Amino acid sequence: MSGASTDPRLLRKAPPRPLRISWSDERFRNIVYQVLVVAAVLTLFGWLWSNTRYNLEVRRIATGWGFLSREAGLPIGEHLIDYDPSMSYFRALLVGVLNTLKVAIIGIVLATVLGTLLGVARLSRNWMLAKFAGAYVEIVRDLPLLLQLLFWYSLLQGLPGPRQAFNPVTGVFLSNRGLKLPYIQWEAAHSWALLAFVVGVVITYFYRRAARAKQMRDGQIRPIWPFALAAILGLPLLVWAALGAPFTPDVPELRGFNFRGGLDVSPEFFALLLGLTLYTAGFIAEIVRAGILAVSQGQWEAAQALGLPRGRVMNLIVLPQAMRVIIPPMTSQFLNITKNSSLAVAIGYQDIVSIANTTLNQTGQAIEGIAIIMLVYLTISLSISLFMNWYNKRIALVER
Amino acid sequence: MSAAETLASSVRKGAPAITLAGVNKWFGALHVLRDINLDVAMGERVVVCGPSGSGKSTLIRCINRLEEHQEGQIVVDGIELSNDLRSLDAIRREVGMVFQSFNLFPHLTILENCTLAPIWVRKMPKKEAEALAMEYLERVRIPEQAAKYPGQLSGGQQQRVAIARALCMKPKIMLFDEPTSALDPEMIKEVLDTMVMLAETGMTMICVTHEMGFARTVADRVVFMDRGEIVEQGVPEELFANPRTDRLKTFLSQILRGH
Amino acid sequence: MSEIAADGTPLVAPPEPRRAPITMIGPVAWARENLFANWWSTAITLAMIYLIVKFAVSFVSWAFLNAVWVVPVSPQGIANTEACRALKGVGACWAVITEKHRFILFGTYPYEQHWRPLIVCLLFIGLYIVSAMRRFWRWELALVWIGVLTLIGVLMWGGILGMPYVPQERWGGLPITLILATFGLAFAFPLSILVALGRRSRLPAIKALCVLYVELIRGVPLISLLFMASVMFPLFLPEGLNIDKLLRAQIAIILFAGAYLAEVVRAGLQALPRGQYEAAEALGLSYWKKTGFIILPQALRLVIPPLVNTFIGFFKDTSLVLIIGIFDLLTAGKTAIIEPAWQGFGVEVYITLGLIYFCFCFAMSKYSSGLEAEFNRHRRR
Repeated sequence: MSGASTDPRLLRKAPPRPLRISWSDERFRNIVYQVLVVAAVLTLFGWLWSNTRYNLEVRRIATGWGFLSREAGLPIGEHLIDYDPSMSYFRALLVGVLNTLKVAIIGIVLATVLGTLLGVARLSRNWMLAKFAGAYVEIVRDLPLLLQLLFWYSLLQGLPGPRQAFNPVTGVFLSNRGLKLPYIQWEAAHSWALLAFVVGVVITYFYRRAARAKQMRDGQIRPIWPFALAAILGLPLLVWAALGAPFTPDVPELRGFNFRGGLDVSPEFFALLLGLTLYTAGFIAEIVRAGILAVSQGQWEAAQALGLPRGRVMNLIVLPQAMRVIIPPMTSQFLNITKNSSLAVAIGYQDIVSIANTTLNQTGQAIEGIAIIMLVYLTISLSISLFMNWYNKRIALVER
Repeated sequence: MSAAETLASSVRKGAPAITLAGVNKWFGALHVLRDINLDVAMGERVVVCGPSGSGKSTLIRCINRLEEHQEGQIVVDGIELSNDLRSLDAIRREVGMVFQSFNLFPHLTILENCTLAPIWVRKMPKKEAEALAMEYLERVRIPEQAAKYPGQLSGGQQQRVAIARALCMKPKIMLFDEPTSALDPEMIKEVLDTMVMLAETGMTMICVTHEMGFARTVADRVVFMDRGEIVEQGVPEELFANPRTDRLKTFLSQILRGH
Repeated sequence: MSEIAADGTPLVAPPEPRRAPITMIGPVAWARENLFANWWSTAITLAMIYLIVKFAVSFVSWAFLNAVWVVPVSPQGIANTEACRALKGVGACWAVITEKHRFILFGTYPYEQHWRPLIVCLLFIGLYIVSAMRRFWRWELALVWIGVLTLIGVLMWGGILGMPYVPQERWGGLPITLILATFGLAFAFPLSILVALGRRSRLPAIKALCVLYVELIRGVPLISLLFMASVMFPLFLPEGLNIDKLLRAQIAIILFAGAYLAEVVRAGLQALPRGQYEAAEALGLSYWKKTGFIILPQALRLVIPPLVNTFIGFFKDTSLVLIIGIFDLLTAGKTAIIEPAWQGFGVEVYITLGLIYFCFCFAMSKYSSGLEAEFNRHRRR
């Protein structure tokens, strides 16, 4: 083979095709088409841009990003980072982004859990459970999300005041002021315990890998759960106990006309979270169901015929295959939750859209305001899409 | 068909590998297995045939409890099938199965398909399991495909991998559920050759198939089923030459016309 | 069939199929299998029966037994809702619907002209039904759409045939929802076909433009597009040219729908086997002829079920125009309870609106899953 490379005939490339300037040359025609389309699009945008500049000038609307550092003067009820109205617009918008992420992330976790349960329930052998889950999915998916949000919000507002609040369990109050939950007084020890929990999860992951590797050498199957239990639960407990086991419960109490203490979930946040979770769980249920059904009965049978116990069949055969089907549409549901959290503006939860909207009303700088909204969402969407493309390439099934 | 007759035909070979006594099964109201009595001795090779819907697949699927029977007794290798999960695990370790639609795991390579059960059920070290798998892949003549995925193989190759995968568990008994029905004609032969080779090693086999040529060469006994019951059984030449019932005659003429 | 062999020996006749033991068939067996298979299943069944009965009882007593259906209205048009308030939430106040249903359905459209939006709604429903029937799936259907949509415009605006002119600001309620969704589809669909074809084009500049459009739109929430329509579009246009708010929202919805539909159509184009493209090219058809006669008819047929599902999505999403203050069904419902007398009866109104949305979406979703099942059956054959 090495000798063949010297053969000059094999080194010859296809001759370059000259471009003929003629309408009957396909390449020429394609270039003309493209130039025409691009020129048309550019002209359109150029026209819109010149109109906009003229309009801005006529209406004396300021442009540029200078407003970001000015004092916002807009009050925000819920903020994860320190904020008061004397801070800048930039800070206000940052609070908005964090509020969006907060409701989206909690919503994603809850919707995934609920959706998975519903998806499995739809396939249950219990007729009643399966029918119930089916009816839930159908109803929730056939009603506009905004309607559901308004419904939950007006239901919450229709609740009695703090004095007659529902009190299903000690320390939990549901009233028109939102949901109050018991909490603890957060101290450094708790943060350390949380860190220990994360460390425990990481250690367990590596322990599992090491146990697998060892098993591959000597064949012994080692149970992982005792170690996992010790690392994930034991370690944080130990850290917490070593730091003096601080535990001061912070239970909400009715004082006068309102509650004191406890974890405060505002009605706006609660309604938004409830609506997003219940709505998206309906879609996730369908995805999970489809994923489970996508693994054929034959796969179960073949694995069982080999003598694999049920748990291992699930772990080694069914889940890896179902996840391939589930994860791509699941990610787009996660994106949908993030995008749908923008409906917050309708019920007064201050997410990025709501705050950017107020900003653009106060400053009159509509273009910048909308650009900020779009930029935030595009950043989130694109980073998730990039991750998904990478992931899909990694797990794609090899076929002929 | 008396039980004594069944016994007589199988007494020539060693101890019973599988015994079915008075087995009945229903799918809802449909009576799919009716009073099945069948003994298979160690080392015996039985071919089960019959028209579609006659319950032959259900019969062998009951033997490793992919289906549950509702009446009667099934004893495999001295262990009675019951709801006890331990006995079920034990039986599935001794009984290998090959499916009509291969059922290879598409997300694992050929080698991983073969080593999965030895590693996780037989608790074999990976190296050992891989050596074993390669040995069987060589025996079914596709060691060069070991690193590929099932989707990259032809149907015949996939079915041979499925046979190797089952053999890697070193089963005492092999069940074949129409292993060639999903294959193109030119691939049927390569799979049948593999099965003949396996038969020559003295493996106990129960095989549901319409391949009468295979039955003639390999089978010690052919069992003909129709409408959920065993209608006739016997040595292949005799059974094919002198069918005693109309049902078998009709079936044989249809099979022959079809080929 | 004879059961006697040629030599006369009687053979075993096939025994009558024995009935399964009674524990295996019949309603008792069904219940045992599907409701009480084991203690876990039994627990679920009992718990669900308890919850469903409890919920049903309290719902019936709230919605029917304790409900107030009518309240007195003063000659000035101010309702006296004390009877509702006295319920303190133990019963529904359906009086709000009795009183406000015309407003919720048709908004501020002149009261005595309400027959016009009513006919418009019926025309829309008729249009959906005709489009759903397979025997009408021909190019002529496009003409029917153009005709009906024009008729709808004439009815809503009026100004001819003795119908008084009604300006767009006074339209509202269900017709707006239907207009936004249907006109949105009518314009977004052709756009989406072009974009989908563009995305599969071999011309890099055109492909890039289409990808950019689809990914940009799909990356941002619809609300941001609606905001853009309501506050930025006026800046885009030359002075003096002003387009109405409804039309601006409609444009935003079309742009939004176009991107999502384009992805659905693209999936159909991709699902078509290569052989179809090659055969069409081998026949010497030009690009547009190949696309129009061979590719699109097949690809679009393939994607009708997902198209309907996407349409259900838009139908629901049109409710977002509430946020920029356009008077659709949801906005009308929300506005109906702004009046002090009716404040606090949102739940009743939203349940009613929910029923209307549900009827439309449920019908479409059943239709789409039925169609999908039918297509799959044909393909398997």
